[in-house]
Amino acid sequence: MSSKPPIISIEGVTKRFGDHAAVDDVSLTINEGEFFALLGPSGCGKTTLLRMLAGFETPTEGTIRIDGKDTDGVPPNRRPVNMVFQSYAVFPHMSVADNVAYGLKIDGVAKAERDRRVEEALALVQLEGFGGRMPDQMSGGQRQRVALARALAKRPRVLLLDEPLSALDAKLREAMRFELASLQHKVGITFVMVTHDQDEALALATRCAVMERGRLIQLATPSDLYEFPNSRFVADFIGTVNMVEGTLKTDNPTEAIIATKELGDVYIDHAVLGNEGATLYLALRPEKISLFRRDGVVPPKLEDCPEGYNVVAGVIDHIAYLGSESVFKVILTNGRQMLVIRPNLTRWDQEDFVEEQPVWLSWHACAPAVLAG
Amino acid sequence: MSGENWRQERKTLLATLGPPLFWLTLFFLVPLAVVWAYSFGRNVGLTEIEISGTFANYAQAIQPLYLGIFFKSMLMAAACTVICLIAGFPVALAITFAPDKAKAWLLLAVMLPFWTNLLIRTYALIAVLRNEGYINLTLGWVWKQVGLVLNVPPFVPLEMLHNNPAVLFGLVYVHLPFMVLPLYAALDRLDRSLIEASLDLGAGHFRTMMLVVVPLALPGILSGVLITFIPALGAYLTPDLLGGPDSQMIANVIERQFKRANDWPFGAALSFLLLYLTFVMVAVQALIQRRRGAR
Repeated sequence: MSSKPPIISIEGVTKRFGDHAAVDDVSLTINEGEFFALLGPSGCGKTTLLRMLAGFETPTEGTIRIDGKDTDGVPPNRRPVNMVFQSYAVFPHMSVADNVAYGLKIDGVAKAERDRRVEEALALVQLEGFGGRMPDQMSGGQRQRVALARALAKRPRVLLLDEPLSALDAKLREAMRFELASLQHKVGITFVMVTHDQDEALALATRCAVMERGRLIQLATPSDLYEFPNSRFVADFIGTVNMVEGTLKTDNPTEAIIATKELGDVYIDHAVLGNEGATLYLALRPEKISLFRRDGVVPPKLEDCPEGYNVVAGVIDHIAYLGSESVFKVILTNGRQMLVIRPNLTRWDQEDFVEEQPVWLSWHACAPAVLAG
Repeated sequence: MSGENWRQERKTLLATLGPPLFWLTLFFLVPLAVVWAYSFGRNVGLTEIEISGTFANYAQAIQPLYLGIFFKSMLMAAACTVICLIAGFPVALAITFAPDKAKAWLLLAVMLPFWTNLLIRTYALIAVLRNEGYINLTLGWVWKQVGLVLNVPPFVPLEMLHNNPAVLFGLVYVHLPFMVLPLYAALDRLDRSLIEASLDLGAGHFRTMMLVVVPLALPGILSGVLITFIPALGAYLTPDLLGGPDSQMIANVIERQFKRANDWPFGAALSFLLLYLTFVMVAVQALIQRRRGAR
């Protein structure tokens, strides 16, 4: 991506606890100035990987380089990284200013300079004037800002964030999301965040590494993760998806047909490059399916597919009206359940469909992601 | 709901609080009051004591001879407490950071001597420390081996018993669990991420200990100090068995008043001076805790 050498490079890192490999042969690089997210379900090894970057765990195998230097044997207090802990870990016996000044005091920064940098860091997280407060006089959101200021005051090369938003309530989480993004923009430091919340990762990160059971499954930008998942696990973990199994029937350079039991023959407008008869999976996002009333018998016509493909009949089983959009649970005539999301573009859109109503479902030839495994 | 109700249910309250209150009153408060009354009395005959309201016993108790023993007892107890703190803190830390499986065993190892009869433990110490004890036997054997190669004077056993260091050693041995357990309780409650945050911000282990761990464990340290100091101050068996003629502590003096000297009023006065001293220390600790809490 960038011509500069990566700020963090992880090469073949494995971490074993007993027989269990918490992190299993992970290699990746993180570029200077990136907002990088380690994403995965709990127990996938993302936190262990972050703790290895901070120096709280040592890799069983492999090498971690930070800023080009091998970190093997370098203790946490000698690494150019700082961490914002999930529990914030604000020192309860020190005032906010003393918390923020802690790392600077340890580094021997002179008092005048220290005070200036504490003020600067507190201003950065919008806590001006809170220096004299004790942590127990502050809300959870404010304590998190203290933890952020404390880590940023040291001007690290990399800021590590462990589930930074998980302890906040929904409204605050949304607000903090934007703030974290703008903060990273302002300070220009590389952020590495661990999260199990895909929305958080998609909203904040420039690139995400999706992990499962210690392994790196996919490393991509948020939109690539969503639109071009490389596996059923990623497609399923990121957002909601209708997953359908099928076999490859026709495979040409410009089109492919996949035979499925549940959706009939599905037409794809690109080559799949697989063996005919191979088992494949179609990941079809709910918002990429269109809904039509089935009052008349004629199925809708799709301009990018031959007739008869990519259209199935069903009945609306349940509608969840979410305001900005509606989620439809549709039962197909063969019994398969499909999720469809439809934006409520006008103020009476939701009146078009009711429960128990027969509908057509259709999707474009480019809509499904074709997955091998 | 039920937490509030029980306050209103007088019968339940009385049924649960009654028996222990009755027990405490009959077997603790009443005898204590009797002894307290004795401290204002005087001997009239071998077994009879007249409560005359005199302060003579207290006047006698604050004579230099007894004040000196009070002072020495406090010094011994303080030295014991400091050594227990220095020795107990690393032990408590080690247990805190031990793997969960080992924790219970380590705690058991700390508690085990505590559950053994004090008299047996003290005699065991005598067996270790005396002139023909295990330490001197070992040293003598080593000395002999050295004597085979080098020309050394004959081995003289170290005098390790019946002196002040022996008493201090015994006090530390007996009271170490009192220190380790509250320290462990305080350290175990400590959020590990605070220690990690300190390391992450550039502090080494020593500075993390001094700037984060010790200040946050301070309530535990304070209660450990108090819980160790108070029983050490009133120690009786240890100075009696391990000490020499000059190592008696205040409890030994009190015992002598009640038994050999048969001066119960004076013994009672000495006992209550010790008790008042304890009250003052508990009050001071409570004050410190409250100030920390209020902050």
